[in-house]
Amino acid sequence: MREIVVISGKGGTGKTSITAAFAMLGGADVVVADCDVDAADMHLLMHPDYNFAEDFYSGEVAYIDQSNCIRCGKCVDVCHFDAISVKNKLFVVDPISCEGCGYCARVCPTKTIVNNDRLAGKWFISKIKSGSIMVHARLGIGADNSGKLVAKVKNEAKEIALEERKGFILVDGSPGIGCPVVSSLSGANFVVLVTEPSVSGLHDLKRVYELVKKFKIKAGCIINKADVNPGKCAEIVQFLSENDIVHLTDLPYDENFTKAMVLGQTMVEYDHGVLKAILTKIWEKVKQLSSG
Amino acid sequence: MTDRKPLKIAIASGKGGTGKTTLSTNLAAYIAEQEEVVLVDLDVEEPNSGLFFKGELIHEEAIFKMIPQWDETKCTLCGICPKVCNYHAVIQIGPTILVFPELCHSCYACSDLCPTAALPMIPKKTGTLRDFGIGNLHFVESLLDIGEAQAVPLISKTKKYVAANYGNVSITIFDSPPGTSCPVMEATKHADFVILVTEPTPFGLHDLSLAVETMRALARPFGVVINRYGIGNDEVIMYCREENIPVLAKIPNNRKIAELYSSGKLMYRDFPEVENSLSDILEYCVKEVKGGIA
Repeated sequence: MREIVVISGKGGTGKTSITAAFAMLGGADVVVADCDVDAADMHLLMHPDYNFAEDFYSGEVAYIDQSNCIRCGKCVDVCHFDAISVKNKLFVVDPISCEGCGYCARVCPTKTIVNNDRLAGKWFISKIKSGSIMVHARLGIGADNSGKLVAKVKNEAKEIALEERKGFILVDGSPGIGCPVVSSLSGANFVVLVTEPSVSGLHDLKRVYELVKKFKIKAGCIINKADVNPGKCAEIVQFLSENDIVHLTDLPYDENFTKAMVLGQTMVEYDHGVLKAILTKIWEKVKQLSSG
Repeated sequence: MTDRKPLKIAIASGKGGTGKTTLSTNLAAYIAEQEEVVLVDLDVEEPNSGLFFKGELIHEEAIFKMIPQWDETKCTLCGICPKVCNYHAVIQIGPTILVFPELCHSCYACSDLCPTAALPMIPKKTGTLRDFGIGNLHFVESLLDIGEAQAVPLISKTKKYVAANYGNVSITIFDSPPGTSCPVMEATKHADFVILVTEPTPFGLHDLSLAVETMRALARPFGVVINRYGIGNDEVIMYCREENIPVLAKIPNNRKIAELYSSGKLMYRDFPEVENSLSDILEYCVKEVKGGIA
């Protein structure tokens, strides 16, 4: 079983559309993990059935029981997150600012502060239209995207893939370079970097590749909307060759990606011409590279 | 535009790549033609606003977060520190205390509660803040170090720097990270008004609805700017109408705009309709926050 992770650094480069096309091409042999739990969009193209759903708890949040509070203010003094304030003479916790460190509860002389488990989101196992299974999630609003829900989604996908003897796990990763991305990358056999030829695209690609290097994972790159700026595109190609990143392909700026999305279709369902042919060839290459 | 309390505008979006940076940079440059303005890039994982300005570096500083450091000579191995750390960032293995900086949230519990002061807090670098001057425009950005997982402390310290140095400037624009989790909350929770940038597609709509929930949870006033208007469908417009969310502007889908962006160029001067939109957006924010007194 091989694990392929698609990331982009910068958002809006076409990462999810390309991942969904790969998932469709991979069919029953590919378990999909949507690890972009903060703004998950794969479900809009893969039509999951939400067959299994479970709450996901992560971390804690402080709660002050007013009946026993003697208003000594010790909790406010020790909180480093400005999460406790006095409202109408009552000490209250702002659950959004609270990081669940539990320090206030430890110093509370009347033991009136409790730490409750924090509901961080929900995760799902679904059948999807490619004939396979997708593990996905929805992070709660303002929840701590510390990578734990991402790890949960990935590990569940991995277990299913092993149990059902699937060949591949395909992971749609998050943007950025922080915890969720680190969590998406760990254990991957191959990384597909999706970028666009813009100053931001190149800047973010370089930063996210620094992270990939730390994991020593082999990487390939797809330059989407390549014809928007041929000069920048050439710069990216040079960066790829200097860093031993496989230049998988260039894709043109094509509003058909949006048209397919509006219909809830992946690109390989919508298009039966050149784009589908390119994506099919690249998916075969990615499979091969991930197994090498 | 005098006699105004400083106005803090955050520019955010659920989905990445919808045009936050395009709007932030163009709006800031547009305002700077008239008056002093501060633009702050809080997308510290992948800051891009700086790619659109060439200014003079005024100030640069390393940003630190505080972590405990074990002092073996003072430690009695009493076992309190691993017990009070909710993040498993401090553990005891045999006669040794190990600290994992990437798991530490700087809550100080282990350090303060240590009976022998064997875990003093020391600074650890998490990123770099830079402050540039470009005429009327002050541009501040912070860059998270690669491999550093937590963006929130860096965002919070960057906001403090801006408040201390530019608190009196009449308009500050915060370019926020994408998504709906902690970094976004940190970047937007003190804003007077939040602009959510989206695109008229199913992904855009889905992620916009998450961002709207976030802003409602934070009780921030907000409006929507639709970028790449003309592609996709009209469901974003319908959603905003149903939810009574003001649409402040529609920026047309235009390949030329994408090309200018890709080269790191501002575009409003080439598109009078965009310049008008920027003026509308600014006017709306000022009115909304001041209750009509500009």
